[in-house]
Amino acid sequence: MTGAPVRSARALGLCGCHVCGLVMRAPGPDQAAVCPRCGARVHLRKPHSLASCWALLLSAMMLYIPANVLPIMRTGTLFSKEDNTILSGVVELYRNGSWDLAVIVFVASIMVPMLKFLALITLLVSTQRGSSWASTHRAKLYRVVELVGYWSMLDVFVVTLLVALVNFQPLAEVEPLPGVVYFGLVVVLTMLASMSFDPRLIWDNDPSHADIDMHKGTSDE
Amino acid sequence: MNDAEKRSGATPNVPEPEVHRRRRWQFSLIWLVPLVVALVGLSMVVSSYVSAGPQITITFQSAEGLEAGKTEVKYKNVVIGKVKTIELSGDRSKVLVNVDLKKKDSSFATQGSRFWVVRPRIGLGGVSGLGTLLSGAYIGADTGQSQKAQHQFAGLETPPPLTHGEAGSSYLLRSSDLGSLDIGSPVYFRRIQVGRVVAYHLDSDGKGVSVQVFVKAPNDKFVTKETRFWNASGVDVNVNANGLKLNTESLATVVAGGVAFQRPPHAGKDRTRAEPGTRFKLYDGRSKAMTPPDGPPVMITMRFRQSVRGLSVGAPIDFQGITLGEVKAITLNFDPKTKYFPVDVTAVVYPERMGRANARFIKRAGDRYAHNHGALLGILVKHGLRAQLRNGNLLTGQLYVALDFLPHSKKVKFDPDAKPLHIPTTQGNFDRIQEQVGHIVDKLDKVPFDKIGNNLNGSLKGVDQLLKKVNTQIVPQLKTTLDEAHDTLGTVNQALGGDSPLRQNIGQTLNELQRAARSLRVLSDYLSRHPEALLRGRRNAPPPLAPDKDDEGRQ
Repeated sequence: MTGAPVRSARALGLCGCHVCGLVMRAPGPDQAAVCPRCGARVHLRKPHSLASCWALLLSAMMLYIPANVLPIMRTGTLFSKEDNTILSGVVELYRNGSWDLAVIVFVASIMVPMLKFLALITLLVSTQRGSSWASTHRAKLYRVVELVGYWSMLDVFVVTLLVALVNFQPLAEVEPLPGVVYFGLVVVLTMLASMSFDPRLIWDNDPSHADIDMHKGTSDE
Repeated sequence: MNDAEKRSGATPNVPEPEVHRRRRWQFSLIWLVPLVVALVGLSMVVSSYVSAGPQITITFQSAEGLEAGKTEVKYKNVVIGKVKTIELSGDRSKVLVNVDLKKKDSSFATQGSRFWVVRPRIGLGGVSGLGTLLSGAYIGADTGQSQKAQHQFAGLETPPPLTHGEAGSSYLLRSSDLGSLDIGSPVYFRRIQVGRVVAYHLDSDGKGVSVQVFVKAPNDKFVTKETRFWNASGVDVNVNANGLKLNTESLATVVAGGVAFQRPPHAGKDRTRAEPGTRFKLYDGRSKAMTPPDGPPVMITMRFRQSVRGLSVGAPIDFQGITLGEVKAITLNFDPKTKYFPVDVTAVVYPERMGRANARFIKRAGDRYAHNHGALLGILVKHGLRAQLRNGNLLTGQLYVALDFLPHSKKVKFDPDAKPLHIPTTQGNFDRIQEQVGHIVDKLDKVPFDKIGNNLNGSLKGVDQLLKKVNTQIVPQLKTTLDEAHDTLGTVNQALGGDSPLRQNIGQTLNELQRAARSLRVLSDYLSRHPEALLRGRRNAPPPLAPDKDDEGRQ
């Protein structure tokens, strides 16, 4: 392509269908449009992206408190019954000598959600302020957040598996407790939050990077 | 459509999206999510705040079996709270257990609530708390009556025998010692268990033990004012002057001890129930409990000038077979005047045990004696009342003190105002026999065996001399006499020998005599047939008889 660098599809008054990829004329800001080919909803940018991301992120952060405070699992043996929160489970694993497992659980269940919160907050704040600071890194960060999202379910999987597997009534028993529900909700909500964030917003207010990107694109071609 | 034209102009081949309608939502529904979450969170916080009950602290001697965050507090096996933290007290002497009570069970944070650790216990009275073997210990709780809030509790080390609200009454028993009683020991009425020992503690002066017993309704109505309680603990073996006695209430009490009560047979008609909390005396045994009331005690002392071996503290004071009291103390004394060790026996007697006799006696003696036991005893002593040690049981050698009238006793001074009263003593029957034997021995001692011996010696000497004389003088003479006698006999022998002339002469003489006798017979026969021959003489000579021929032939 030659000529003046094009900043984005929006600048050309075009938009693509998210589902079938048909390029069409962009609908007006207050219009609800549908793709003429596949019938999917069409919008220039995800509607209320920042607001819904904020909302979901805030919900997730609120749910993170009960997820950590309430016990997630009750392990009952013949002699004792023990309720474990996520953190106490980590501590117990570490005390029992399996520090590797403890690290895995700690990373998956505590560090990753926290980092996800931080990452999303960073993205949201920077995007909302129209900042053009480190747009490339922010985009990378977003991809990492998206990728890592699925793995945060680890704790929930552990509990579900244990509950299903360890059920020798009088001898040993694992019982899920409400904490795990909250934790699962946290994971789901953060995933939804990151999904609802439209990464194109990172670039919308960044003319310099758009240029560089276009340059890159042209030079590649 | 300025804008659209401009865009279409730029890219003419791009299809148009199907525009449906205008957007009408300014406010995104997505904000409902955090709203709901916030509401849920808020409701959780509020509910946890509202449902949070009071926190109480219980002190225990040890936290054995307790675990922070796990151990539950239960009342009637319903969870009412949970142990939150366990820590040591400041001086490290106790364990402080912080318990979060449930909101609706906050009534347990009041005065009078009791807490104890339920562990498996195997006691003499049975096994309890077996369930905790698997589930782990928990803290048992019991409510009190008070509504006054309290947050610091001293945990019981043993489960309380009673739970709150059990119908019945508790009574206080005073005893000199606890025996084998323990908390939870059974209380029996006519050998049916009707209650338990709830608590016991030493009296503040340390001189006795107070035992609190609880009698369950409706059997507590049998506890009247005159009821006697006694210790039915273990095997009651009595070895005293009365012999050996073995008493038990039930097998359980043999092991675990127990208390029994009953209305004594001598009790009056008063059957009013005893108020809960009434104090009773705890008697040592059934027989003691069933004896009539003793009335005021009178202390007496007796001084025995003999060994009191076999007399023990508690030995009965006997009067005509009635036990009037018992020995309280036996002490050795020293009398510098006589340089002797008498034994002072202090005893307590209950004059009212004499029953009707006492009443009559007082009546006769006059009212002034009614409460002056000294004077009363003075009269008795004047009439010869003496204390005496007697053998109650020959087998065991147990002694008892008998008060008895000895008509021929010497008069003794008696001080009716002395405290304790001094009763004169005499020696016992057995001792008297001993004494008499002693007297006999004494008399035997006085016999002059020496002199008797000397005299005997002299007499024997005389006899000896006499015998010597006999030997030397009389025996030889005897010998010659005997020799002569021998000779005489020899001649006699010769004279009487078979061929001696004497013998032949005798034989002839006898033959002649025979003939003479025969002729006499013939004569008599003839005369009997012919009596006239006496006058007329023989008429003709009869033929000689045949035997005559024989006789002549023999000769």
